[in-house]
Amino acid sequence: MVELTPILQANELALSFGGTKALRGVSFSVEEGELFAVIGPNGAGKTSIFNCISGVYRPQEGNVTMQGEEIVGKAPEDVAHMGIARMFQNIELFDNLTVLDNLMLGRGSHMDYSVLSAFLFTPKARRQEVANRAVVEDIIDFLDIENYRAYPVGMLPYGVKKRVELGRALAMQPKLLLLDEPVAGMNVEETEDMARFILDVRAEMGISMILVEHDMGLVMDLADRVLVLDFGEQIALGTPDVVQADPNVIRAYLGEEML
Amino acid sequence: MSSATSKSRHTTRGRPRLYTNYASEMAIFNTGAKRLWILIGFFALVILPFLLDRDMVSLGAKVLIFAIGGIGLNLLTGYAGQVSLAHAFFLGIGAYTAAVLGGEARGGVIGLGWDMAIWLPLAGLVPAIVAAVIAPLAARVRGLYLAILTLGLVFIGEHIFKEAKPITGGAGVGRAPAEPVFLGFDLFANYEVFGIEIDRYTMLFFTCLVIFVVMALLARNFTRSRFGRSFAAVRDRDIAAEVMGVSLLRTKTLAFAISAFYAGIAGALFSIVIGRISPETWNFFLSVDFLAVIFIGGLATITGSIMGAIFVVMLPQLVNALTRYLPIDPGVGGGGLLNVFELQSIIFGVLIVVFLIVEPRGLYGLWLRVRNYFKAWPFSY
Repeated sequence: MVELTPILQANELALSFGGTKALRGVSFSVEEGELFAVIGPNGAGKTSIFNCISGVYRPQEGNVTMQGEEIVGKAPEDVAHMGIARMFQNIELFDNLTVLDNLMLGRGSHMDYSVLSAFLFTPKARRQEVANRAVVEDIIDFLDIENYRAYPVGMLPYGVKKRVELGRALAMQPKLLLLDEPVAGMNVEETEDMARFILDVRAEMGISMILVEHDMGLVMDLADRVLVLDFGEQIALGTPDVVQADPNVIRAYLGEEML
Repeated sequence: MSSATSKSRHTTRGRPRLYTNYASEMAIFNTGAKRLWILIGFFALVILPFLLDRDMVSLGAKVLIFAIGGIGLNLLTGYAGQVSLAHAFFLGIGAYTAAVLGGEARGGVIGLGWDMAIWLPLAGLVPAIVAAVIAPLAARVRGLYLAILTLGLVFIGEHIFKEAKPITGGAGVGRAPAEPVFLGFDLFANYEVFGIEIDRYTMLFFTCLVIFVVMALLARNFTRSRFGRSFAAVRDRDIAAEVMGVSLLRTKTLAFAISAFYAGIAGALFSIVIGRISPETWNFFLSVDFLAVIFIGGLATITGSIMGAIFVVMLPQLVNALTRYLPIDPGVGGGGLLNVFELQSIIFGVLIVVFLIVEPRGLYGLWLRVRNYFKAWPFSY
């Protein structure tokens, strides 16, 4: 990492649901092109961070800025237009749409023809549809899902669905990609495939990523820096080796007496 | 990939099902078979009115009107996933907008007597605006709650229609509908063209046919656009749709407005076909008829809405024909085991249940099965 320009900055995020504190003062920043991982035991607040970033939850305290622009308080669709895409923990694809249409939906913010020209399917609408279709086909090619192109997503096997979800997020051409457990429930081969895709996305498209994952091998192999959470509290932040050696992290994961 | 950006040529290299550019794959009628069916259907519809009697032609017009309204409801309920029981309310607004602007001032009701070129678009626009005003409320709820909210709307609407005497004529009285005079050309009169007599019912049928074809094509275009996709996204996963940059409020409002536009046009035409409009016409049961159109025809398909309209309008005729063989009273009064209307309601109800369980894609789904069978023939799959 030569130049350090944060693309995303979170300051003192605090989120609670009634008496339950999901996040207690979490701060971190993600650099341009960085693969930033967030780990922690179940219920540590990992997905809550994603929900705060993508506008689904509004944190009670703290703020998040994307390239200097405030995110907290914005509606999810506006956050999406700022260039933040997301892959969900439990697959959230549009089951009745084909793979192609799911990815085309990701292109929504790159098309601007009006309702009227949609009804008339004017040359402008046709031109935009065709141009964006070409982009989508590139992504389909990249993810090796050509065979499934015309299938409704609901019919596809789990591993392919995960890949389609990555494709849908990539179709948005985001600046920042949030990956919520991209290899959960996958076997070794599928995990390796997904890891390869994640590395390729970074190498070829230069997209910054935040990765939430339980597969420690994957996190330690891929991530540049790791943030460790426990019960909403930030207990470590640093490169994989530093974090792995941190006594607080070992305590959170393995218990007191292991030290 | 580059073929899309390079000059598109419509070559198929001797293979009729090979697409060589995205535009031809995206076309509405992208296969030869579809084009053939459309051609056959179109000629059948042009010739049919001359072969059938007056009642059947009027019934044909009613099918087309139900298809227009059905497409509207299907855009809202089938594509955008928002159940609406208020469809009859929007049909009513469309009918009265048309009647006020294009009808005669007689018997104490307002009627401006304007041309159809003015009242027809407004019969769609006014309900669309009303829907757009109501939509932000409706967009806050979903599922059962939305069904109840729209149910309330249809009853409020019926009450307003009964009370607004200067516009509607009031309960039990009603008023005359708009006059179908398009740019000075009366579409409800007898004509003779090249020695062929076209009676007023056939004229009305053709008027409905033209409007139907235009509106069906527009809807088909819309559903393959970015808005059609965002409708489906809101239906399938609303949270994910938001995170993908789709505004729920804007999408739902658009769905309600467009649906109401189609309903309004259908309502205006419907009022002309039935000849006199009373406030009781726009009741809950008309809404249910439209739900039957889309559930039986097939959710989220334009073709299905048309199939459903044919079915729902023609079923009563079929039931009437059956009365001769079954212990059914052809009238409303007592006598037989059931009367025709009761039997009709029972058949609708049973069919909706059967389709939901056996073939959720409706009549269109049945058609898909037939089509796939012949596509794979002589193999079973």
